[in-house]
Amino acid sequence: MSHTAEESFISKYVFSVDHKVIAKQYMITGLLMAIVGGLLAGVFRTQLAWPDEPVFGLGIMAPHVYNAMVTMHGTIMVFWVAMPVLVAGFGNLLVPLMVGADDMAFPRLNMTSYWVFFLSTIVLIISFFVPGGAAAGGWTSYPPLSNSIEASGVNWGVNLWVLAVALEFVAFLLGGINIITTGINMRVPGMSMWDLPLFVWETVIASIVFLLSVGPLIGGAVMILLDRNFGTGFYDPIQGGDPLLFQHLFWFFGHPEVYVILLPALGILGEVLCANSRKTLYGYKMIVWSVIVAGILSFVVWAHHQFVSGIDPRLAFPFSLMTILISVPFAVHLFAFIATVWRGSIRFNTAMLFACGFVALFLIGGVTGIMNGTAAIDIYIHDTYFVVAHFHYTLVPITFIATFAGIYHWFPKLFGSLMNETLGKIHFLGTFVFLNLTFLPQFNLGMMGHHRRIANPTAFDFLSTSDALFLQELSTIGTYGLLLAQIPFVFNFFSSMFRGEKAERNPWQATTLEWNTESPPGHGNFDAPQKAYRGPYVYSPEGVSVDFLPQFEPPQDGE
Amino acid sequence: MSNAISNEHELPSAMHATELPHGRMGMWWFLSSEVIIFGGLVVTYILCRMHHSEWALEAANTINMAGALNTMVLLTSSFVVVKAHEAAHKGDNAKAARLLFVTVGFGLIFLCVKAYEYHHEIVQGFVPTANLFWGFYYLMTGLHGLHVVGGMVAMVIVALGVQRGNDPVGVEYVGMYWHIVDIVWIFLFPLLYLAS
Repeated sequence: MSHTAEESFISKYVFSVDHKVIAKQYMITGLLMAIVGGLLAGVFRTQLAWPDEPVFGLGIMAPHVYNAMVTMHGTIMVFWVAMPVLVAGFGNLLVPLMVGADDMAFPRLNMTSYWVFFLSTIVLIISFFVPGGAAAGGWTSYPPLSNSIEASGVNWGVNLWVLAVALEFVAFLLGGINIITTGINMRVPGMSMWDLPLFVWETVIASIVFLLSVGPLIGGAVMILLDRNFGTGFYDPIQGGDPLLFQHLFWFFGHPEVYVILLPALGILGEVLCANSRKTLYGYKMIVWSVIVAGILSFVVWAHHQFVSGIDPRLAFPFSLMTILISVPFAVHLFAFIATVWRGSIRFNTAMLFACGFVALFLIGGVTGIMNGTAAIDIYIHDTYFVVAHFHYTLVPITFIATFAGIYHWFPKLFGSLMNETLGKIHFLGTFVFLNLTFLPQFNLGMMGHHRRIANPTAFDFLSTSDALFLQELSTIGTYGLLLAQIPFVFNFFSSMFRGEKAERNPWQATTLEWNTESPPGHGNFDAPQKAYRGPYVYSPEGVSVDFLPQFEPPQDGE
Repeated sequence: MSNAISNEHELPSAMHATELPHGRMGMWWFLSSEVIIFGGLVVTYILCRMHHSEWALEAANTINMAGALNTMVLLTSSFVVVKAHEAAHKGDNAKAARLLFVTVGFGLIFLCVKAYEYHHEIVQGFVPTANLFWGFYYLMTGLHGLHVVGGMVAMVIVALGVQRGNDPVGVEYVGMYWHIVDIVWIFLFPLLYLAS
C-alpha cells in the first residue's frame, strides 16, 4: 500500500495530502502559536504584579494595550492552540491509524482545511500590526465592545479578528467532517463501533458537537461585521437590536467548544493511562455513553455564562441544573480513569506523569466549575479571578497537560524516536508546580473581588493590600516559572526528533492499531490491510501467557 | 511485526464500514452544519420578530408574487436535479450533465428575480440599515443567495467533469446540496414575505 513514487519536497512536506504530515503541520502551527499566547500572558502578568513600572523595561503599558493582549491571549490559546493541536493535530494523526485506514476519508479536503487554517493564522497575526492594534474586546467579543469602533477604540483589529475566526471555523468544519467520516466509516473489518479506541470516540463526538454548535455564531459574526462596518443594528438597542443576542449566539457555540477540546484530551488520557497501567480500561462502554450524554447536554448549558447579564431569572435555575448535571459524565471519566490505574502495574514514564497530573488538576477545575455553574454563587464571583482560575484549571490541563501526555506517548508515531525521559520528567515537575503557583492564588484574588479585566489593580484600595499584592506577585512568578519550564520540552522535542533513540513499532506494548505501523508510519501507514480481532484494551488477559493482546493480533490459544 | 495480517480480507482503500459511501456520509454531515447555520438565523429572527409586531408592516413591502415565483423556480429546479441524479444513476452521463445545466439555469432565474426585488426595495428606501427587519431580510436572503451561487458553481464544475467522463457520483452530492438550498428558501419565504 505504500507509495514508492518519488515526491517533490513541496508535495511531501508543504502541500501534502498525507494525514500524518497534516497532523504535524497543525501541531507545529499550534505549538508556535502557544509560544505567542504564553509570552502575551507573561507580559500582562508582569503588568498586573508591578503595574507602575515599565514592563520588561519597555515602557508603561497603556490599558488598551493590556486589553488587546488579554483578548489575543484568550483567542490564541483556545482557537489557535487547543483546536489545532488537540482536535486537528491528534485527530488527524490518530483517527486513521487507530481505525486501520491508510489515510483520512477525504485527503484533499484535509489539506485544504489546513491551508485555510494557516491563512486564518496569518490574518490573526496581521491584526496585531494594523493601525489601532489588535482586537481588545475580550476573547468573547461582546457587543458593544465589538460592534462599534468607538467602544474599544479598535477598528481593523476587530474586523480581522472576526475574519480570522471565521476562516478558522471553516477549516475545522472541513476537518471535522473528515474526522467523523473517517472514524465511523473507515474502520477495518472486525472493528465494530464498540471496538473503537476511546480517543476515536471522543474525537468523533467532539467534531460532531463542533459541527452542530458553530453555525449560529457564524451568523452572529456576520452580524457583527455588518453592524460595525455598514451600520445595521442587530446588537444596537437604539435600532431595536439586542446586545444579549450575541452572548446567546456566542455561548451556544462557546460552551460546547469547551467540550470540543476537552473530549480529545480525555481520549488521550484514556489511552495513556490504560497502556501504562497494564490494565483494561475500566468501564469502556460507560465512558462512551457518558461522552454521548455530555455531547447532548453541552447544547443546553450555555446561559450559565449569562447569569448576571440580564437573562430571565426563571432561566437561571434550569441552566444551573444542566450545568451541574453535565459534571456527571466527566466525573464518570475521572472515576473510570482512577479505577483503571487502581492496582495496575504502573509505569511512571513522562506521558503517564502528565496523565496523572491531568486527573488531579482537572478535578480542581471541575469542582470549581460546579461552584461557578450555580447561579447563587456565580452572581458573587462572576467575572472575577475566581472564574479565571477555574477555567485555567480546566483549559491548561486540557490544552497543555493532555497535549504533552499525547506528544510524549505518540512521539514515535510522529517522528520515529522516543523523547528523552529525564528532560521529560524535569518538564513535568516544572510545569506541574508552576501551574499551581500561577493559578491557585487567583482563586483567592477572585474571592477578594479582583475583576478579571482591570489593567491596574492598585487603582482599587481593596486590591492594594499587601496580601493582595503578594498573591498577585506569586501568580506572576508562577507564570515566569511555567514559561521557563517549557524550555526543556522545546529542547527535548527537537533533539529527540533529530537525535533521539530510535523507536520500535510498539515501544509501550500498547494494544491499538497505530502500534502495528512502523515508527514513523510510511505513506499509506500499514504494510498490509488490517483486521481487528478484539476490543481495544486487552491487557493481562486470563488464560493466555502474554501480558497484552493487541487488536491486530490473531486469536490466541486459550483466549 | 505485521505477520498478524492475513490477506484474505484485502479490501480497496476506499472501503467503508457502514452502508454509506464516504462522500455521502461526509455530505450529510456538511448539510447538517448548514441546517444549523440557517437554523440559528431563523430562530434568532423568530425570537426578535416576537418582540417587534411592527415588522408585519415592513414585511408587507416585500413583493410576495416575486417570492412565490422564486419558490416555484427553486422547487422545479430541485425536481430537475433529481432527474439528473436519476440519469447519472442509469449511466446516461450526457443527460445528467444537461439536466445539471438546466438546474443552473433555474438558479440564474432565481438570482435575476431576487436582484429585481433588491433593486425595487432599495429604490424605495428599504436598505439594510433602514431598520432591523430589513437587516435580517438582507442578511438571510443574502446568505441564502450566496449558497445559490455556490451551488451553481459546484453544479457547473460537476457537469463539466461528467461530460469529460469523470465519475458521476458528484451529481448526487450537488443534488443533495441543492435540496438544502431549496428547503432553506421554503422557510425564508413565509417568514420574511408572508408573515405580514
